[in-house]
Amino acid sequence: MTDGHTRAVAGTTYGTGALLVLGAILGLFLVAGATDSVMSFHGVLFVAFCVLGVYWLIARQFGGEKDAGRAATEDARYNDGVVRAGVIASTFWGVVGFTVGLVIALQLAFPVLNLDLPWTTFGRLRPLHTSAVVFAFGGNVLIATSFHVVQRTCRARLAGDSASWFVFWGYNLFIVIAASGYVLGVTQAKEYAEPEWYADLWLTVVWVVYLLVFLATLWKRKEPHIYVANWFYLAFIVTVAMLHIVNGLAVPVSWTGTASYSLFAGVQSALTQWWYGHNAVGFFLTAGFLGIMYYFIPKQAERPVYSYRLSIVHFWTLIFLYIWAGPHHLHYTALPDWAQTLGMTFSIMLWMPSWGGMINGLMTLSGAWDKLRTDPVIRMLVISVAFYGMSTFEGPVMSIKAVNSLSHYTDWTIGHVHSGALGWVGFVSFGAIYFLTPVLWHRQRLYSLKLVNLHFWVATIGILLYITAMWVSGILQGLMWRAYDSLGFLEYSFVETVEAMHPFYVIRAAGGALFVVGGLIMAYNVWRTIRGDLRDEAPVSSQPSLAATPAE
Amino acid sequence: MTYDDVVSFSGSAGLIFFMVLFAVVLIYALRPGNKRKFDDAARIPFKED
Repeated sequence: MTDGHTRAVAGTTYGTGALLVLGAILGLFLVAGATDSVMSFHGVLFVAFCVLGVYWLIARQFGGEKDAGRAATEDARYNDGVVRAGVIASTFWGVVGFTVGLVIALQLAFPVLNLDLPWTTFGRLRPLHTSAVVFAFGGNVLIATSFHVVQRTCRARLAGDSASWFVFWGYNLFIVIAASGYVLGVTQAKEYAEPEWYADLWLTVVWVVYLLVFLATLWKRKEPHIYVANWFYLAFIVTVAMLHIVNGLAVPVSWTGTASYSLFAGVQSALTQWWYGHNAVGFFLTAGFLGIMYYFIPKQAERPVYSYRLSIVHFWTLIFLYIWAGPHHLHYTALPDWAQTLGMTFSIMLWMPSWGGMINGLMTLSGAWDKLRTDPVIRMLVISVAFYGMSTFEGPVMSIKAVNSLSHYTDWTIGHVHSGALGWVGFVSFGAIYFLTPVLWHRQRLYSLKLVNLHFWVATIGILLYITAMWVSGILQGLMWRAYDSLGFLEYSFVETVEAMHPFYVIRAAGGALFVVGGLIMAYNVWRTIRGDLRDEAPVSSQPSLAATPAE
Repeated sequence: MTYDDVVSFSGSAGLIFFMVLFAVVLIYALRPGNKRKFDDAARIPFKED
């Protein structure tokens, strides 16, 4: 390390320290002046975060020669520490988020499980589930993988020393503030954007630092070309910043209270919300995870992406089309008709880039399809792309107004979301975690590939149970809602439709339970791999296969 | 200029803008001169562990 570099690191350390001290003072003011108990609780969390941050900076700056030595040998070229932390956090939040999902699935089937307590009602646990899986699990996966991929493909160490750690811990503080707020009844009542104004502001700070770390790493790259995965990650970071800021515009009732009013009202509010909401799907759950696909599938398959040219067309068409698709959430509402049609048209056009991307991911295996039989990690990555293709086919179909008049507000939508979320986002994340764990902890291989195989099958069966149950339930529900008798009266009351859906809710919960079990299997496998254990097992390839039996 | 004028103008202008953009992307991606560059780029992930 040069003297200048050391001075620069010391400089940013003192700068970060000063900001954290200021943050702690601000937090104390929040605690002292809080107009409601949740704000004072969140103020305490914020003070604790800042104090721990200052302590960590001091310990790092003046304390450990041992730590410094270890960092110099192990992580000299790349900052892998923050990626390791991200892998652990992703695994943890994944299991938490899936479990809360199972709880609310069971609540829908057996309402007594709401427990008659305000904190455990479906209305508060549902945003806890969606935020835990999308933002806590998915977000940590994206931060960890983007930090890993940008360093490897730029051949440059992550820019900023403490900044990347600030992104990791700051983001997870946001998760804790948001999640505890939901349970305590704090929400701004916007789907997938439930956290209140102060949590939104904190996330904005964290996200801008994230963007700067990513951009600065790209800036100092030693590789002339910016690899396509980074384009997807960058589009994800920039667009999510824009969506989050615009949709979050609100006026707080008091600077020391949790409540706020949105800047938008009526149909403008609805359109802004679904511009945000659908692009949370398009840029958070799609563009970001396509970054994962474009790096981890080639790495695991040990062959370059099928067509780099296609990946360029895929990128530009995807980002320019996705941003317009949001109005399909508002068919047959007060939104002007042309805007609804525009949303529908752009959703249908999205077929092309989505399937182009899917073909690019799948065909990367062309000539190496046998790996599907021998490598359960690549199997996981490939099935994720297959689910991506399936849900991006289903989505445009559902955006067509005539189909939407049947599917909207029914469980079909829930099934569609979960084929994308469990199948695509879940499996591509699992594949990335299984790839990263041995690499980051310098292990020869995963603890057990047999367990990956088991995870694959348990989770796949879980997803199939989930989405088939929701298809049947959703279409049943939609048909019952629109059934008229000979006199022109509605054939069914609402509660009759609820009763009809009960068996499918039980099947859905069973599917969810299998997905949770899969998450636990992964957590165990990751933990044993980190410990350095290797399970004594035959390779997956030596299993007897049906294909080997000669036909008579 | 009425609301309807704005709606119909943005429709046509948007169509032209996106078609031109798409053509530029296709030309950039498919131009034979870029082939080497993209072949090299596709191998970037394999330069490091």
